[in-house]
Amino acid sequence: MQYIRAGASLLAVVAVAALMGARPAAAQQSLLNVSYDPTRELYAAVGKAFAERWKAQTGETIAIRTSNGGSGAQARAVIDGLEADIVTLALAWDIDAIAERAHLLPIDWQRRLPDNSSPYTSTIVFLVRRGNPKQIKDWDDLVKPGLKVITPNPKTSGGARWNYLAAWGYALKKDGNDPQKARDFVKALYANVPILDTGARGATMTFAQRRQGDVLIAWENEAFLAVNEFGKDKMEIVVPSVSILAEPAVALVDANVDRHGTRKAAEAYLAFLYTPEGQELAARNFYRPRLAEVAARHADQFPQIPLFTVDEVFGGWRKAQATHFADGGIFDQIHKPGR
Amino acid sequence: MQIALAQHDGRAARRSVIPGFGATLGIALLYLTLIVLIPLAALVLAAAGPGIAGVLATLADPRVAAAFRVSFGIAFAAALINGAVGLVVAWVLVRYRFPGRRLLDGLVDLPFALPTAVAGIALAALYADTGWVGGFFARFGIDIAFTPRGILVALVFIGLPFVVRTVQPILADLEHEAEEAALTLGATRLQIFFRVVLPALLPGVLTGMSLAFARGLGEYGSVIFVAGNMPGLSEIVPLLIVIKLDQFDYAGAAIIGVAMLVASFAILLALNLGQFLMRRRHGA
Repeated sequence: MQYIRAGASLLAVVAVAALMGARPAAAQQSLLNVSYDPTRELYAAVGKAFAERWKAQTGETIAIRTSNGGSGAQARAVIDGLEADIVTLALAWDIDAIAERAHLLPIDWQRRLPDNSSPYTSTIVFLVRRGNPKQIKDWDDLVKPGLKVITPNPKTSGGARWNYLAAWGYALKKDGNDPQKARDFVKALYANVPILDTGARGATMTFAQRRQGDVLIAWENEAFLAVNEFGKDKMEIVVPSVSILAEPAVALVDANVDRHGTRKAAEAYLAFLYTPEGQELAARNFYRPRLAEVAARHADQFPQIPLFTVDEVFGGWRKAQATHFADGGIFDQIHKPGR
Repeated sequence: MQIALAQHDGRAARRSVIPGFGATLGIALLYLTLIVLIPLAALVLAAAGPGIAGVLATLADPRVAAAFRVSFGIAFAAALINGAVGLVVAWVLVRYRFPGRRLLDGLVDLPFALPTAVAGIALAALYADTGWVGGFFARFGIDIAFTPRGILVALVFIGLPFVVRTVQPILADLEHEAEEAALTLGATRLQIFFRVVLPALLPGVLTGMSLAFARGLGEYGSVIFVAGNMPGLSEIVPLLIVIKLDQFDYAGAAIIGVAMLVASFAILLALNLGQFLMRRRHGA
């Protein structure tokens, strides 16, 4: 009797496990894209367009789900087991972390797709109140005493790290590559920062809705969105003389797509971002397209200024992260408590 | 007198006049183990990863120390404010009958029901120098939102129900006879309040305050919107934990989490001990 009962419960366990493990092979495929905050609108459009194309090409329907959140937090979720087929994050460093800590994709993932695996780029610009009352034209204006600068916390926000590195790179270029002078510049800049939001979207709200501060340092795409959202009569974009080439990166998560059997679809999804159609969607959502023909169509939207890369100026994200943003790094040093 | 009787009843129950002691104790232990003990053990285990030296290095960081000062100091101040004001609110709701009393009573629970992020956004809008309240104070050069004062406002907001809801039933059960007796014995109204009513309420107030304090320590959602989050000035411990996590420093986050747990446990234990002593003095 006992054995029978044990056998029966064992069978039940096996059956339940089989049910949970088996993915109906012929049924609808689905892809999970784990992305960062400001891409909500972009990937909603991309998902729709890609699903149509996939249906036309293969006859299969595919459901694209997108998860948005802070870039670092999203990377952590994937490390902790969120079953992302694709990650599209604010900086390559966050995908590096997934590769290094969870071994879900190879360390050299960034070489697998063109343009450092970033199909679209952006840069860092300023958002000021309408009429630019404080006459902010370039990075130098941000360190003027008494000015209030809004930028999120680089320890929690990917966008904030781009902001910080853009300011540092500007100072380096201006003052003959003297790191001490760059450090003083960035220190003076952050002395003008009264609020450190945890994410880029939060900083935009603080500036636009709470009307705090004189200038917001922001992603170009986020600045466009804010101007459209809050009105051209409220704020305007100021493009500095030089800025950083922000390269948000994309990758498929090998371990997860192989388990889900979605590698083909995931590859096609990422390749779609590089097609003229995908590039056009990026441009319409205020990301700078890589493809020359699409970029030419939107030339008047994106002012041409000298843009430096993280690799050129900082020797890559790994080094930038360790020097500037790790605990005890330069950002912590210029922000000593009881300042 | 009443309390002494209650204690006597309690002792009788432990001699298992009521059946089912074994089963209920078993369920309670299992439940507490699953829900509380195992997650906490996992936290301690994660914190133990870097060893003693790593733990000390994390906690010795002046930024961590500053965050602890901010979190504990402001949560304590907010609990004090809620202790005083919560008592008044509970008093009004229990002792007087007036139109709109039920509505007011319902309002007390709102900070419980409201998602904390929503509370934070609302408070930031209201207390920023562009908001109604913040604009008023800004005229006198006092900024509230995006300073430590903003944290205080948020913690007072979320902590209020704890004191009101713990004091209310005690106040409702309080026998009027004791006050009437005091009155016939010639006590003034102030004397009645401070010598008769308040001692009976104080344990409840303290319980409510310690709950509000514990809640305030862990509060994240509403605070980050109004705090300004400047390191060393308005950066709370839960934010520091999130920052550590965002840097993939799981062990560092766990260490700060455990330190917070130990510190708040010690404080709550001390408060409970204080309550116990107080009860014994008044109950005897």
